[in-house]
Amino acid sequence: MATETIDGPKRGSLLNDQRTRAIIFQALAFFLVVVFFIYIGTNTVRNLDALGISTGFGFLDSPAGYDIAMSLIPYEATNTHGRVFFVGLFNTLSVAIAGIFAATILGVVMGVLRLSKNWLVSKLVYWYVEILRNIPLLLQILFWYAVLITLPHPKQSIVFFGETFHLNKRGLYMPEPIAGDGFGLIVVALVVALIIVPIMSKMAKKRQEATGQTFPVFWTSVALILGLPLLAAAITGFPVTYDYAELKGFNFKGGMVLRPEFVALWFALTVYTAAFIAEIVRAGIQAVSHGQTEAAFSLGLKPSWTTRMIILPQALRVIVPPLTSQYLNLTKNSSLAIAIGYPDLVSTFGGTSLNQTGQAIEIIMITMLVYLSISLLISMMMNYYNKRIALVER
Amino acid sequence: MKLGKFLFAAAAVTALSTGASAGTLDDVKAKGFVQCGVTTGLAGFGAPNDQGQWAGFDVDFCRAMAAAIFGDAAKVKYTPTTSKERFTALQSGEIDVLARNTTWTFSRDVNLGFEFIGVNYYDGQGFMVRKSLGVTSAKELDGASVCIQTGTTTELNLADYFRSNGMSYESVVIETSAEGRGVYEEERCDVYTTDASGLAAQRSTMSDPSEHILLPEIISKEPLGPLVRHGDNQWGDIARWTLGAMIVAEELGVTSANADEMASTSKNPEILRLLGGEGDMGAQLGLPADWAKNIVKQVGNYGESFERNLGTTTPLALERGLNALWTDGGILYAPPMR
Ligand SMILES: N[C@@H](CCC(=O)N[C@@H](CS)C(=O)NCC(=O)O)C(=O)O
Repeated sequence: MATETIDGPKRGSLLNDQRTRAIIFQALAFFLVVVFFIYIGTNTVRNLDALGISTGFGFLDSPAGYDIAMSLIPYEATNTHGRVFFVGLFNTLSVAIAGIFAATILGVVMGVLRLSKNWLVSKLVYWYVEILRNIPLLLQILFWYAVLITLPHPKQSIVFFGETFHLNKRGLYMPEPIAGDGFGLIVVALVVALIIVPIMSKMAKKRQEATGQTFPVFWTSVALILGLPLLAAAITGFPVTYDYAELKGFNFKGGMVLRPEFVALWFALTVYTAAFIAEIVRAGIQAVSHGQTEAAFSLGLKPSWTTRMIILPQALRVIVPPLTSQYLNLTKNSSLAIAIGYPDLVSTFGGTSLNQTGQAIEIIMITMLVYLSISLLISMMMNYYNKRIALVER
Repeated sequence: MKLGKFLFAAAAVTALSTGASAGTLDDVKAKGFVQCGVTTGLAGFGAPNDQGQWAGFDVDFCRAMAAAIFGDAAKVKYTPTTSKERFTALQSGEIDVLARNTTWTFSRDVNLGFEFIGVNYYDGQGFMVRKSLGVTSAKELDGASVCIQTGTTTELNLADYFRSNGMSYESVVIETSAEGRGVYEEERCDVYTTDASGLAAQRSTMSDPSEHILLPEIISKEPLGPLVRHGDNQWGDIARWTLGAMIVAEELGVTSANADEMASTSKNPEILRLLGGEGDMGAQLGLPADWAKNIVKQVGNYGESFERNLGTTTPLALERGLNALWTDGGILYAPPMR
């Protein structure tokens, strides 16, 4: 008996042991996957070779040869496809960040208004959400673009702020601030303010925990962040000059410009995603039981404190995870840019460069990796935030 | 979703499975039609007509191939492609041949793995502006907004031209010619640039064609022609000689009206060889003996196709110009059929 129980599991072959079996099967599966990819890889390379299509990443160093209307970094047609990659990437990031920012603000406002006791306001928001999230985003982008390019011709621009801003179908032209001598001090002042604020907020919290006295952290922060740089500017005599846009020939020259392609994409991404965020925010707030508010009131907390310290922390727990996926969606949806010719990553690097070089596989791989990285980065930041606001069970 | 489409293209290219090398003719015969890549719609070159049927100069080439292979010009299926998608569509095998006013360039021929089978339209890049701008030369375009289709040779020529003339411009990038017409008519751009033939096509469909003029400068060579995948020589030969037969037919005066008659009455050995009465050129291509007769009968010779789709009686009103036969002062010339 005893020998049997001890020898029992050992006696059969290794295959009879559950753990070994699991390992063997996993190794086998892994092996098959690797073989599969090697097969695809070599097959692709062989076929590309048979067609005479070159492979490799050498094209990144060859000149792109085409111009891009919008770029955050200096770029001209003689630069390489590698540089096009960065031009496109920054254009994608800028519209995504601007979109996330605006959609969050609009979405939160809408979500709160949706719960308004005012019937009209609540219904209006209801229709906003229902209409916008049910119309395909592509149509919305085309709609905004169509609206923007029916603005007047540059020669009949709408002017405001005393002829310094010009709005027409080719964009919104604004004065460009140019830093003069002593501008550095303003930057230093801002940095100092940004360092002081978190320290101050920590000290205020400590003091409150120790003595119960509160400190107006928010308003002091605002005053510091605005006040210090302003003070520095006053001391250095406002060292900023402006470059104004001027109509020269066909178009305005100089200044800064927001082109209709960017604005249309940004608007569309914002209002579309905001509709979803509004719903998320509404659901999040409604998820906090009303008893919590009543309990807070009965303890004598002010309504604003109740919102800030009781409702929001609990609502955010519900809001943040789905909010993250909206941010991811917005970023990926920005690849619809090509429909109106906004030079994002997919339309420049993943589009024109792909077409000119024919390196479809390399370019698509790089582009996919970029979207994957952006998405993972957003997820990581949101997860970190989520952890910080998560309720700590005591 | 664009990203989705993009990924699909990725998958399609990665799946460039077998069949890259040979056997396109067998595949085409087995499925019973030629899958032809055309434009998304460009008047005169390739666009659906009032009956919803594809028609145009490039479409005629697709029909000619079907006539040669099946004896029936209708055995074609069309895949509309944008200038950007067209090459992936051909590389991945989604289409058998691309006939979509595509410029024959070194890099497309060598690096993208294609074979251009000839030139069916000799063209060059031009500029179109509104008359009301008062511009008379491309040299006056400094600072203008220029509408340009993405994924084209014209995008590269434009950058070169403005750079070498020390001028600047704002590019307004469009994906299809329909979109381009829209933004140009809205005056998002001052100038529309593409192949001169494409400009004529675009102008013919504007709300008032007479409001727009082409500037005199032609800034590039754009030999437009059909192309196939590199590596299947038989298929390449069929495409090359489909175009050759259309041109030779014009040289010999064989038309859709007289092809049958010529085949039986002609004493000219060249004509007899073309129409299948003598020799075995059809068999050498793996096609029926009357392959070229079917092309001319059902589609017409080069000149007929040109006049029907692009010529002076059409809204495009293009002269033959460079595309006249070499014997008429043009440079259109097909190698001898023997
Ligand atoms: N020949 C040039 C340009 C070809 C091209 O795309 N032309 C435009 C305008 S003429 C066109 O065909 N558009 C039709 C479409 O958008 O489907 C090239 O091969 O790159």
